[in-house]
Amino acid sequence: MVTVRSSLTAAMCLEDFSSQLVERHNRPEIEVDNTHNPELVLNPMVIARNENEKILIEPSVNSVRVSIKIKQADEIEQILVHQFTRFLTSRAENFFILRRVPIAGYDISFLITNFHTEQMLKDKLVDFIIEFMEEVDKEISEMKLFLNARARVIAEAYLTPFD
Amino acid sequence: MSSSCLSSLFAFSSPAPIHLSFSPTLLIPVESTPGMPTIYQLGHEPIKDHVFFPDHKTLVVTKDNTVELYKVENANSTPQLVDVLRGHDKTVTSVDISPDGKRILTCSQDRNALVWEKKSGEYKPTLVLLRISRAATVCKWSPSGNKFAVGSSDRVVAVCYYEEENDWWVSKHLKKPLKSTITTIAWHPNDVLLACGSTDGHVRVFSAYIKGLDAKPEPTLWGSKLPFQTLCGDFTNETRAWIHGVAFSPSGDVLAYVGHDASLGVVYPAGEGLAPQSIVAVHSNSLPFKALLFVSENKIVAGGHNCNLIVFEGDVQGWREAKKVENQTDLTAAPPSTAGDDEEDEMSSHDALKMFKQLDLKGRVTKPSPRGAGRALATIHQNTIASIRSYSPSQVSTSGIDGKVVIFDI
Repeated sequence: MVTVRSSLTAAMCLEDFSSQLVERHNRPEIEVDNTHNPELVLNPMVIARNENEKILIEPSVNSVRVSIKIKQADEIEQILVHQFTRFLTSRAENFFILRRVPIAGYDISFLITNFHTEQMLKDKLVDFIIEFMEEVDKEISEMKLFLNARARVIAEAYLTPFD
Repeated sequence: MSSSCLSSLFAFSSPAPIHLSFSPTLLIPVESTPGMPTIYQLGHEPIKDHVFFPDHKTLVVTKDNTVELYKVENANSTPQLVDVLRGHDKTVTSVDISPDGKRILTCSQDRNALVWEKKSGEYKPTLVLLRISRAATVCKWSPSGNKFAVGSSDRVVAVCYYEEENDWWVSKHLKKPLKSTITTIAWHPNDVLLACGSTDGHVRVFSAYIKGLDAKPEPTLWGSKLPFQTLCGDFTNETRAWIHGVAFSPSGDVLAYVGHDASLGVVYPAGEGLAPQSIVAVHSNSLPFKALLFVSENKIVAGGHNCNLIVFEGDVQGWREAKKVENQTDLTAAPPSTAGDDEEDEMSSHDALKMFKQLDLKGRVTKPSPRGAGRALATIHQNTIASIRSYSPSQVSTSGIDGKVVIFDI
């Protein structure tokens, strides 16, 4: 988490940058095919706790893409994570920094541009992502417990007639 | 007692008192005792660039698509908005005032630069024939004020001057060997040499000599015969990181630049055609710098994403980080955990859930603080410092994308 925090803080040093290829455009350079000017994109980095829990940070001159893979130990967690991220991404408009489609291989992606760092305080954005990462694990395991408890109750109710 | 002392006193309690100890200075500019920075809070939109008129009575700042003029009587009063210059239809990226204080130069991402002149009490814009097809990123008047340079994403620097017979501001392009967006430019005090930094990590020194306009320049360490577009120097930093700021020393014999790798490079030229005497690179462990300024021949002040100013001192032998202007905790470190007491705990702005829980449990909401809730940084600027300018020999003024203009004693 400490590594993630410092890398995010460093990656979020963004500036207003108008496109040098397309006239009168101002677009997040990380999202564009930058084969023409690779200088605008920095090296991406992966911070991983293990195979199933990792975070990918792709910085560029005016935007940074943060993709998170949430821990999924079994099938139930897989379903839960899928539903949870679907819930969030379908509400991406109200959730300014969320990217509607996650990067392949990751569960959820944030796209932070220079306009976001101008409107919101940078350290708060970092705090938010860190908090999100901490919370989401908790949430998923809570949901799993809930689900198991409900399954047990239903099974009991269902099996009572056969007692 | 200065506010920085106060904050260190409270450093072990909850962060709310730190914030409170700062708010009086933030809202009303307090009496300017020596050593205490003067703060002007001008809204919350980002200020990309700012400049004071030479008489220090008027402050010009960029605000989105417009440029605002504020009257600043003295440090104690709040600045009064006197004029808004509307003429650009995209973000204004840079503003500068001619050395005689008569003309304001602005440039914007809409590919245009405008020269504003006061005619019958009102500022009237004149369009500059830039001939660029991408955003203009930065503009600077030359020290004499008879020409200026505009850097752009079109990979050119346009050197513009006034042509009497056509009544136009026309431009000549510096093109080769620029291959990427110009992020920063600086004039040499002799009015001819121009340094520019770009996103490919190169700092280049050009001659911007315009025949018929400039007097023949004295030979300098950078070269003696200087027709237009002579490349007098080309430097880069070790990591080829984007250059964010360049500056010439007051004598013009030293060039310094800052890049995205949070390093400061200082170049001492040896003379025409010779390799430089020395190129010094100073690495700092802070976040990248956005701008720098020579306070004197041996002193540089730089600021940027760290929200703080750092003073560097040195000479041809080497440079070192001398001091930070404000006390500061490491931005990359985790913030101290908040005290457990709920009553004093301030909510963070994104934590709506907590607010509703509190509302549910206690039936009331903690009043958000006047500057928006949350922990404040220990520095005056709460977000990236975008530009630094000289205010007086011992003072610099800075503006940040948090909408503040601050005057610091160095």
